[in-house]
Amino acid sequence: MGIHAIRMPDIGEGIAEAEISEWLVKPGDILREDDPMVAVMTDKATVEIPSPVTGTVVWQAGQPGDVIAVGAELIRLEVDGPGNVAGDAAPQAPAAADASGPSRQAETAPPDPEPAQAKAEPEPEVEQPAAKPPVRPAAAASAPLRPEGERPIASPAVRARAREAGVDLRLVRGSGPGGRIGHEDLDAFIASGGIPAPSGPQPDGSVEEIRVIGLRRKIAERMEAAGSVPQITIVEELDATALEDLRGRMNAQGKGVRLTLLPFIARAIVRAVHEQPLMNAHYHPEAGLIHRFGGVHLGIAAQTPHGLMVPVVRHAEALDLRATAAEIARLGAAAKEGTAKRDELSGSTITITSLGPLGAIASTPILNLPEVAIVGVNRLAVRPFWNGAAFEPRKMMNLSCSFDHRVIDGWDAAVFVARLKELLETPALIFVEG
Amino acid sequence: MREIQCRLLIIGAGPGGYVCAIRAGQLGVDTVVVDAEPPGGTCLNVGCIPSKALIHAADEFHRLAQLSSTPSMGISAGAARLDLGATMAWKDGIVERLTGGVAALLRKAKVRLVTGRASIRDGKTVLVETPEGPVQIRTEVLVLATGSEPIELPALPFGGKVISSTDALALTEVPGRLAVVGGGYIGLELGIAYAKLGAEVTVVEAAPRILPQYDAELTRPVAQRLTQLGIRLLTGARAGGLSDSGALRVAGVDGAEDIQADKVLVTVGRRPRATGAGVDGLRLEMAGPFIRIDERCRTSMTGVLAIGDVTGEPMLAHRAMAQGEMVAELVAGQRRAWDKRAIPAVCFTDPEIVSVGISPEEAAAAGREVVTGLFPFAANGRAMTAGDETGFIRVTARPDTHEVLGIQAVGAGVAEMAGGFALALEMGARLEDIAGTIHAHPTRGEALHEACLRALGHALHI
Repeated sequence: MGIHAIRMPDIGEGIAEAEISEWLVKPGDILREDDPMVAVMTDKATVEIPSPVTGTVVWQAGQPGDVIAVGAELIRLEVDGPGNVAGDAAPQAPAAADASGPSRQAETAPPDPEPAQAKAEPEPEVEQPAAKPPVRPAAAASAPLRPEGERPIASPAVRARAREAGVDLRLVRGSGPGGRIGHEDLDAFIASGGIPAPSGPQPDGSVEEIRVIGLRRKIAERMEAAGSVPQITIVEELDATALEDLRGRMNAQGKGVRLTLLPFIARAIVRAVHEQPLMNAHYHPEAGLIHRFGGVHLGIAAQTPHGLMVPVVRHAEALDLRATAAEIARLGAAAKEGTAKRDELSGSTITITSLGPLGAIASTPILNLPEVAIVGVNRLAVRPFWNGAAFEPRKMMNLSCSFDHRVIDGWDAAVFVARLKELLETPALIFVEG
Repeated sequence: MREIQCRLLIIGAGPGGYVCAIRAGQLGVDTVVVDAEPPGGTCLNVGCIPSKALIHAADEFHRLAQLSSTPSMGISAGAARLDLGATMAWKDGIVERLTGGVAALLRKAKVRLVTGRASIRDGKTVLVETPEGPVQIRTEVLVLATGSEPIELPALPFGGKVISSTDALALTEVPGRLAVVGGGYIGLELGIAYAKLGAEVTVVEAAPRILPQYDAELTRPVAQRLTQLGIRLLTGARAGGLSDSGALRVAGVDGAEDIQADKVLVTVGRRPRATGAGVDGLRLEMAGPFIRIDERCRTSMTGVLAIGDVTGEPMLAHRAMAQGEMVAELVAGQRRAWDKRAIPAVCFTDPEIVSVGISPEEAAAAGREVVTGLFPFAANGRAMTAGDETGFIRVTARPDTHEVLGIQAVGAGVAEMAGGFALALEMGARLEDIAGTIHAHPTRGEALHEACLRALGHALHI
């Protein structure tokens, strides 16, 4: 029997570190070759890493939320045969294991032009999570409230006093280890007015600690980055009556997937971008470069159980309306189920964000950096419209579009939005050539 | 006919009844307690106390007999002789002292003790046939503490050579061959004692193993000791009646067998006395054979409460005492409810067994995730110096908060640890609390400390 250490593999795109989003195994589990052992998160994608060998898990690096550098030790397995680790030294200190075997590292890790430097930087990052083992006891010790249905823990003397005072201990907060209720907790409860009314609103002093990890942390980081960019938002009203008539008729034909407004808007964007290619670009200020793309890779912001995700319809310029609709539907489902692949969640060049019926009358979309434009779709509603002689009911909708004002001037932004309005109000324009 | 008025009337002066009476007296409640026997009930008269006296005498005799045949620790002894009649007289002396003590405590608490058989007329009226004539007692609150009695097997009615545990505590001669029907704690305690006193003992148990209410890990050391003591154990075997020649008929897994026996001790359990004394006339709601009670020991009839063995398992004196104390305080107007976390159970077998809370096996059966730690006495210095390294202490706790959920022990003298184990559970102790408490060295109690350390993953002496 030997110990086989597996290091964080290079998962591409020049990524130097990845965050553990979920352990799929625990110490003691038996892993077969190619069994997935951990899910890690890079940019916006979650990747399952399979085990290259068969063995029993004996050690894992960190917990979900911890960031592990590429090349750092990720997991140790007990395997038949000698393994790749001499002795069983220091599962608590992956750094030490690394120091003992730079040549071994070269065997498992892919060739790295600057191995020494690459290692030197991420190393402390890895050590940190390993250096805080008392996480679980601490969490248990500070657990302030009991989960529903758990009986309170208190000594007989406290229980007797509570009963005599008519206090239901289930309502009392235990400050002791494991939520144990002490005399001082009971005193505090009685002093604070004691017996709460059996019904009605109660002040809730609880504070739940939620670790910002995984997708949520990625979203927060990206939103923070986008917040420092001067953005201009233009809100424009458009009459979608004709578009809705067309959509209704096409759906009545019953061919292909049911059409929502999104594929029409996607086609309109492709059209508008064709005329204003700067809208379909990435701005890299540190390089002083704008990448203007020929292909339109449309990011579709989608709410998933895990948080906001942006699956990407690649080469929307090469898809017709039905194909666009099918692709949007497929990607949306994949994002919600968490089965979207990494390249389906990255590489967009312009983004649409729509909350459907919740879409409000106006919004201020935040740029999906490094893109320079985002199209926000607001709620469609029937509103009275003055046609010059009388009010008539029209299906009205607003577009709220944001632009990177560093590279897009207000005039160009207004032209782009006006063009979208024109295309969507007269949908035939979307489809006629030239 | 003489008439007595009172606020609280207790039927039965066993551990539940007399404790209830003393506590009520202390609280100024006008209390009467009725029993046909001297106060103390089964426990003092024919249960816990006399059996422990007999077990102690048997241990002493056995040790001496061993030393006379096999010197050990440099000690040898002459032939050990036993006068069981004198042993029983010594035991009776202890029982008299204790029952007399209880009577004195009742007097001190100003409780009236009425001796005689009670019969309940209604929820407020009880008639007692005293030696001085019938007495009618009118009460505001009635507490039923009528206890339990040994179960008789239809095929083996008590009488002649078939004896109950009560009879076994009054023998004046050690039976040459003793058959024990029922391998529960009562049968094993008495069977082991008589084996040590020189009887040839056979234990017949219907379940696949002895002490079926405990897990196999805990009872294994006892089963091993039975073999060492030469006790024959027939598990999975059912006792029939007596044959014409007076042998005990047993249907075992290997077929039928007749076991020659001078005495047949039947210890197949106890049943609540929930029908006698006119209790059934009250038409109380029942829970199986027991009187149904709520968390304040109230029965289905207002003003009628019940405590002790008549109210259900576990049928143990200390449970009855705690209920009795609580009921007295309730009657005195205090706010009380049954909220005990732990009722320790002890077997005075050799080795002794203690169990408080849940076992790992019970946790598994309930689908509950736990951490456990077991420390054997073989690694305990005090156990070695006492010449008996059998057994262990085992602790079970929640994996998240480390709250201790159960402690079990098997080994010499572990019964004395029951209170400490129960204290840990009542106080809501975590593994860290026990691990952080200094346990005196060298004592057997260190094994609890080590078991908790082991559950935390850092035992020191193993």
